[in-house]
Amino acid sequence: MANKTPTPLLQQHGPPGSSNISGMALLQDLLLVVPVEKKLMDVKIKDLPNWILTQDFTPKGTIRAFQRGYYQYDNKYVNINKGSTLGVSMVLEADVLFNYCVSYKELKHEQLRKNH
Amino acid sequence: MNENLFASFMIPVVLGIPITTLTIMFPTMLFPTPNRLINNRMVAIQQWLTKLTSKQLMITHSPKGQTWSLMLISLFLFIASTNLLGMLPHSFTPTTQLSMNLGMAIPLWAGTVFIGFRNKTKMSLAHLLPLGTPTFLIPMLVMIETISLFIQPLALAVRLTANITAGHLLLHLIGSATLALMSINLFTALITFIILTLLIILEFAVALIQAYVFTLLVSLYLQDNT
Repeated sequence: MANKTPTPLLQQHGPPGSSNISGMALLQDLLLVVPVEKKLMDVKIKDLPNWILTQDFTPKGTIRAFQRGYYQYDNKYVNINKGSTLGVSMVLEADVLFNYCVSYKELKHEQLRKNH
Repeated sequence: MNENLFASFMIPVVLGIPITTLTIMFPTMLFPTPNRLINNRMVAIQQWLTKLTSKQLMITHSPKGQTWSLMLISLFLFIASTNLLGMLPHSFTPTTQLSMNLGMAIPLWAGTVFIGFRNKTKMSLAHLLPLGTPTFLIPMLVMIETISLFIQPLALAVRLTANITAGHLLLHLIGSATLALMSINLFTALITFIILTLLIILEFAVALIQAYVFTLLVSLYLQDNT
């Protein structure tokens, strides 16, 4: 009993570098497993619930997330040298698609063929 | 058929939640803030158009009336962009709802009236009586002018609602008529299609004109009262 090595606080199940981790205090996982803000593309699917919980859900954080998304799109497609109507028309086409999906239920009755 | 015709004027609902606020705020995404001295093409075009309309609208006002220019130009841009976005297929136009137009018209009109009463009480009361009326007609004319004063916000709102709603309804009707006529008589369907095209061009014009008329009338009420 005295020679027993102390069980580590976190135990990795799997090869080193995998995120398959369990620990004695599961609540401490959030602080110890994801210490750095990861981008969504770098997060593994197993970590997704943990990542979602680390995101800022305060009003200010939500606004900042929207602003980030807006300026990412703006700088890539709209705010460019020799811009064209493409940047804005992509947004408008997405709007048309979205409104079509929302009003699909009413439009279903106007199908010209029975089995579309 | 009736239900289908008015279905496009119902408020869009996603998973049981009405998304009216998002739909109203959507046109703001299409007007980015100019950050630099020389901006990208889209912002430069918007700046040029805004300068054109603001000069046209505000040049006839006194300096006191020109303090309203931000309000009036943003009103014009909002109504014009909302109406134009309503020309996209399947989209929802907030200005077809009388509630929203009343919410725009009544506060603005009331603002102009209160400014007039507060700063130039005698002159705004004098507006109730046209010049050179015979003496015995004065009481009746004052009543008529008061009624016409109170009708102004209602007329503003209903004018915008009726124009946009009627245009959209006509487009729906003539579009479905064209579709139905295609299997019956192709030539008539072609004529109906030409009518539809002309109507679409008219709708685009109406979208802009209505915005201009709304803003112009508010600015006229302002001119009377500053």
